[in-house]
Amino acid sequence: MSLFAYPFMVHAIEAGTIVAVMAAVTGWFVVLRRQTFAGHALAVMSFPGASGAALAGLPLAVGYFAACGIAATAIAAGSRTDERRNLAQESAVIGVVQVTGFALGFLFLSLYGGVLENLENLLFGSFLGITTTQVEVLAGVAVCALAFFAVAGRPLLFSSIDDLVARAGGVPVRALEVAFLLVLGLAVASTAQITGVLLVFALLVAPAAAAQQFTPSIAGGLGLSVAIGLLVTWIGLALSYYTNYSVGFYVTTLAFAAYLIARLSRRLRPA
Amino acid sequence: MLSQDFIRLALLAGTPIALASGAIGYFVVLRSQVFAGDTLSHVSFTGALAAAAAGVDLRFGLFAAAIAVALLLVLLGDRAASDDVAIGTTLAWVLGLGAFFLDLFNRSSHGGNGVIAARTLFGSIFGLSGGQARLAAEIGVGLFVVMLAIARPLLGATIDSKVASAQGMPVAAIGAGFLVLVGVDAAEATQVVGALLMLGLIAVPAGAAVRLTASPYLALTLSSVLAVASLWLGVVFAYVIPSLPPSSAIIGVAAAIYALSFVATSFTARRPYWPRGARTENG
Amino acid sequence: MAGGRTAGIDQGAARSDREVALLAVELVDVAVARDGRTVWSDATVGIERGEFVAVLGPNAAGKSTLIDLLLGLLRPSAGTVSVLGAPPGSHGNKIGYVPQRHAFDETTRIRGVDIVRLGLDGTRFGLPLPWRDRHGAKVQEAIELVDAAEYARRPIGECSGGEQQRLLIARALIGSPELLLLDEPLDSLDLPNQSSVSALVDRIRREREMTVLLVAHDVNPLLPYVDRVIYVAGGRVLAGPPEQVITNETLTALYQTPIEVLRTSDGRLVVVGLPEAPAHHTDRHAHP
Repeated sequence: MSLFAYPFMVHAIEAGTIVAVMAAVTGWFVVLRRQTFAGHALAVMSFPGASGAALAGLPLAVGYFAACGIAATAIAAGSRTDERRNLAQESAVIGVVQVTGFALGFLFLSLYGGVLENLENLLFGSFLGITTTQVEVLAGVAVCALAFFAVAGRPLLFSSIDDLVARAGGVPVRALEVAFLLVLGLAVASTAQITGVLLVFALLVAPAAAAQQFTPSIAGGLGLSVAIGLLVTWIGLALSYYTNYSVGFYVTTLAFAAYLIARLSRRLRPA
Repeated sequence: MLSQDFIRLALLAGTPIALASGAIGYFVVLRSQVFAGDTLSHVSFTGALAAAAAGVDLRFGLFAAAIAVALLLVLLGDRAASDDVAIGTTLAWVLGLGAFFLDLFNRSSHGGNGVIAARTLFGSIFGLSGGQARLAAEIGVGLFVVMLAIARPLLGATIDSKVASAQGMPVAAIGAGFLVLVGVDAAEATQVVGALLMLGLIAVPAGAAVRLTASPYLALTLSSVLAVASLWLGVVFAYVIPSLPPSSAIIGVAAAIYALSFVATSFTARRPYWPRGARTENG
Repeated sequence: MAGGRTAGIDQGAARSDREVALLAVELVDVAVARDGRTVWSDATVGIERGEFVAVLGPNAAGKSTLIDLLLGLLRPSAGTVSVLGAPPGSHGNKIGYVPQRHAFDETTRIRGVDIVRLGLDGTRFGLPLPWRDRHGAKVQEAIELVDAAEYARRPIGECSGGEQQRLLIARALIGSPELLLLDEPLDSLDLPNQSSVSALVDRIRREREMTVLLVAHDVNPLLPYVDRVIYVAGGRVLAGPPEQVITNETLTALYQTPIEVLRTSDGRLVVVGLPEAPAHHTDRHAHP
């Protein structure tokens, strides 16, 4: 295929593959733990992170990771598992934080003078101009994230399903919770660099949600989640390359379609 | 400052919108319908871009999309609120669709240099024409008047819907009508602060008001006052500091007020007022 | 099987070292506090291995607190606690625990069989390697023990309350525990299920010679099976055979208000005069 002839396209495919795998595995746990809202908030925070980095003359990746890391720590510190959560109040606070994040990000971008060129890329993604260094950084981050799941996946699963019994069994529930939020921050910061800040859900949540609709088995769900994520990313990149439309559009549409198909097929299957 | 046309037009359009948004926002927060606001904000963006790509006035797409989805939310009812995965995935797709329309528009003869994305997502209050400002103001005033008229029944229906029904109030119709109002207000607010920041006008001043007082009518008034204050102070700051975008300034003021409300209540140890009948976000 | 019954209500009876070693659970002058408030105090109870004990009492009296104490999740503010001859919190698989819970909601898409398996390896770090898996047989055995084979492969959110409870019991049993702690397992079940789960627990207890502590609101489904009853109320803890604890005199003394215990024609016990309304499901605090 001619698209492999271009280095930028090869980098895009490499980066997309790495991100799709990391997002799919992380996302499987995000959906199980019902933390999609937190994932969305983290994604929003990466917007002022990236535009702030541009303003400060730092590499964008630094902004993404730093912002998501700080936000993840803040969320971890602010949430306490033993208290009953007032969901209405929580969503109000998250709403305020989200809006402030967007306003700040826009401010930084305006000050930097890059609104016209960069806004669409930051928000909706772009696969142009991905460097080798970027791919290497993403690979390194992915290795860390996947290693976390390899080592702590089982206790994390246990505490996600039943934290009381897990705690009684000696699982460090709170520590795992914090660690998971940090890994989520890493995954979100990585995904946002491909899909854009607004469309992180497409790789983080949709493939995993579709997979869980298709099968309740753990290994099967994880595997299917990765498969769907990879397919969606590859096809999305190819379509975007050939038709010249936004990669974010294709990836979200494909991911949404996968989710819809999964939901519908469950309903049509005999019980 | 007031001698400048663009400032006068901004305040002319913005003040009624802020008034209406504050009032509507109070009920949005009280009814735990912040997610609906989020949905409508995403949808407004896509609607506006679809209209632009079709060569039609942006505002047509804005209003049409917001009202249509508001009605859809009415139909889906409470069940829609509890599935965060389905909502998030759908919203992401809606935004992706908006990105597609943006591409279409950029490529079309109407051309584009990136301005439209910025304006739709982050507002264009300093760029309103006389006619646009006047229309926005009229709609804003209309919204505010309607809100004043239905405030009492809406409050009753919110705090205890069962009692209200028993008293003969058409609770479902009131709720549906309210969501449509939210849709119209969302479209309005998009012109001021943009689709991504509209919750900052609708929900944030209301959030602060709810923390500061438990009395409903006082909170309602306070919410509108705080929204207008955010607008005015934001415009002033943006005027004085030209590199400060007006929408960021307005939201910044609103967020600062919210933060102050936290500080204020931590001294008085007052708990925010959540009526017993109000549903929580996740059903 | 069940050890020798104590003749009366246990309060501070001295025990020899040998007797202590046989005890599954021993509390001596234990007091427990939450949020600075003492929940109950002066508790001295010995539970012998193999006994089936129901833990009863009004809401918020401290029944779950007792369970938390035995699991090592809470430390006593006075007295000593020993479980299976050792301090609490060090037992791993030797204690099976079925917590009080809301039902798994229907969107939880994890299969029952995987949840049962977590009882064996859920606390272990490291990647589960498929070729080193020796647990399959044990998982199957535990599921068959609770008669859940029919629905164990379905997502647990799709199972009924009684089915979920059986799967959770299977999870607690899979490590072959010596002590089984169940916190209000019957609470959200209908009457037929309450009877069948109670019978199931008793059957497993006898087959495996386990000690069972089961917290309940209503002793009636358990009456055919329990050896003794622990009653937690009014800041005190009493233990003894049901016919001696659940009496007008004992409960009146415990609640400090006139209580009457009536026995219906079919042998059920009804307690009248309790100073608070019966518990509702919404009273339990939500797990995140």
